Amino acid sequence: MNGLRGINGFQLFWWVILPYLALATFVIGHVWRYRYDQFGWTSRSTQLQEQRLLKWGSPVFHYGTFAAIAGHVIGILIPERWTHDIGIPENAYRWFSASAGTLAAVLVIGGVAVLAARRLFVARVRATTSAVDWVALILLAIVIVLGIAETVGVGLLGGGYDYRQSVSLWFRGLFAGNPDATAIAHAPLIYQVHATAAWAVIAVWPFSRLVHAWSYPVWYLWRPFVVYRSRVASRPNEPGTSGRRWRRIGVRY
Amino acid sequence: MRPMAQVCMVMNLDKCIGCHTCSVTCKQTWTNRPGTEYVYFNNVETKPGLGYPARYEDQERWKGGWTLDRKGRLRLRAGSRLRKLLTIFYNPDLPTIEDFHDPFTYDYARLITAPPGTKSPSVSARSALTGRELNPRWGANWEDDLAGAPQRARSDPNIATMSERVLMDFESVFLFYLPRICEHCLNPSCVASCPSGALYKRSEDGIVLVDQDRCRGWRFCVSGCPYKKVYFNHRTGKAEKCTLCFPRIEAGLPTICSETCVGRLRYLGIVLYDADAVTAAAATPDPRDLYEAQLSVFLDPEDTAVQSAAEQAGIPHDWVVAARRSPVYALIARHKVALPLHPEFRTMPMVWYIPPLSPVADATAAAGYDAADPDAVFATIDALRIPLQYLANLFTAGDVAPVRDALRRLAVVRSVMRATQLGLEHRNDAAEELQMSTADVEDLFRLLAIARYEDRYVIPPAHAEDAGRLLAQHALSGCTLESEGAPGMGGKGPSTGGGPVSGRDLAGRLHLRLVAEPTGRDQ
Repeated sequence: MNGLRGINGFQLFWWVILPYLALATFVIGHVWRYRYDQFGWTSRSTQLQEQRLLKWGSPVFHYGTFAAIAGHVIGILIPERWTHDIGIPENAYRWFSASAGTLAAVLVIGGVAVLAARRLFVARVRATTSAVDWVALILLAIVIVLGIAETVGVGLLGGGYDYRQSVSLWFRGLFAGNPDATAIAHAPLIYQVHATAAWAVIAVWPFSRLVHAWSYPVWYLWRPFVVYRSRVASRPNEPGTSGRRWRRIGVRY
Repeated sequence: MRPMAQVCMVMNLDKCIGCHTCSVTCKQTWTNRPGTEYVYFNNVETKPGLGYPARYEDQERWKGGWTLDRKGRLRLRAGSRLRKLLTIFYNPDLPTIEDFHDPFTYDYARLITAPPGTKSPSVSARSALTGRELNPRWGANWEDDLAGAPQRARSDPNIATMSERVLMDFESVFLFYLPRICEHCLNPSCVASCPSGALYKRSEDGIVLVDQDRCRGWRFCVSGCPYKKVYFNHRTGKAEKCTLCFPRIEAGLPTICSETCVGRLRYLGIVLYDADAVTAAAATPDPRDLYEAQLSVFLDPEDTAVQSAAEQAGIPHDWVVAARRSPVYALIARHKVALPLHPEFRTMPMVWYIPPLSPVADATAAAGYDAADPDAVFATIDALRIPLQYLANLFTAGDVAPVRDALRRLAVVRSVMRATQLGLEHRNDAAEELQMSTADVEDLFRLLAIARYEDRYVIPPAHAEDAGRLLAQHALSGCTLESEGAPGMGGKGPSTGGGPVSGRDLAGRLHLRLVAEPTGRDQ
């Protein structure tokens, strides 16, 4: 555990224990939600209530987010050594990271601006937003704004910062069971807050409308057009449970 | 041949008085919940009119249903599957809540809490979406009895395609009512549009349902349905649609809209059809041939080959018997007085309509009209107040001939039966030209005029015991009262006291006779 040498208790808690708690919440939360709350598992579309803003905001935001996620895969999951080994110099990587990242950032911030305005100022849309959705959306907004500040403010306009030497090492280390807390603990504050908010989003994810991301219906491309179903035998439900096998502890039905 | 059974409805528009009882009872049964305020599984539209949601029939705009590609193959009008996945973040064909209506209620508390004063307190409309005051501008029943028709009705998509002459004749105004539920189509485009596979057609009875647990709210079913009978619950974020009251149908009872219809104009029954023939029929090149194509998909339940094929396909015997007695099959295929709603959408709809007769608009101009012989409507069907072309645009993709024949058959039943009952002389030439035997006329009279409960609804109960058999191993554990010799053996639902299948149970509910016996009323 080289990465844990020379860090204090707070740093250990913040950069190692909290991420693992968030990951555990993410996994267990999804299992729980999937088994317990299929009925609540939906994209919660508000297109019925408002279309003109959604027409631009939603596709731009979603496609921008896909680009941003792809950028994170390249920058955080793929080790710097690999891009080096296939002959991509650091300068070229950084130029690509800053420019492609900025393009994604423009899309995401444009989409988010429209969607946020819509959610805040269109009464019909605001009325559909639940408390946990507000938490998830606000955390997401923090992650996005800081991420854009990093990409554009630091990467494009500023001196640049090689997050692949710090943030990436720590992040990958978490999954390898060997988190380099020292690396993230000495990263600039903006990266630290971005990473923390991202873990918070991960923790809230299974309880919010964000679960719809896992339901992107790729299967639709192959399945037959008309779905038939026939009656199948099923065991009768436990009385009063409406078929839910998981119950709150201490509640009789 | 792959026979399948389908529960099908026919509505006799000749009898609809537009009382909206069906809508009210349906709403009280299914959609009196938050999130479904604007949802009408059943609604009654005044025609001509825009309908609900506004101009839903205009598929140039909404892209519902199917169309043919250049090679003549069936494809969703809204585009390919890939296109759906790419536009999933914004569905370009979805109606907004404005096209339905901003659901509202009234702030009734103000009537009580208003401060004392000289003015009577009044209540204003409150949006169910936001709780704010609003000014209603459109709704499910906005154009009832042609309200606002001078401004709006010309935008009816069925009028837009009519000839100049009919447009001018609009001065002599006409109206009729069109109650609408989900069509439970044989080739449902909502099911084909659902990316999640949450919508499905039940193989036993053809009812189209939304699996609320699998729906992910991608809302392509709403735009995919050309009849706009799938709705988006704005509270749950899930699609909902008419269920054809499947819990009642499974119990052999008519849907609540049928049960409560004061005009007794709805018919429910089984139709057998060839599932292998559906796609080819739906891909018929000329939309005007789609009515005949759909007729060709239905199987004659009197045909012994069909009967044995049906039983081989696992359709229970009592269902085949019910298909033979089906009033719906009789009205659709045997007598050809019922027609499908907008067959040109190519979904093979399974709620059919008997077109309404109407008074003769211009007696002097009608060829062959004889004021002394009012029953000779045969010659004057073309001069009826409701233009044939308008009905044809609704029911046969614009082909007037089947509508004319259906109306003539209705007129023949009236004239023949009136003459028979009053002992008058009557000519049979009209009936002969339409190839209607006396038995046909009397059968139609029994179905349409007498219209007894038992004749209107022939619904075989679902065979839930077959589903239970699969679980029979469970019974081997000994934890049951229904094994051989146990007290619960052979129980199939609550006992009716060992009486016949037909009769009245404790709740006063009429059980439907299922075994075909050409007798009159129950003893």
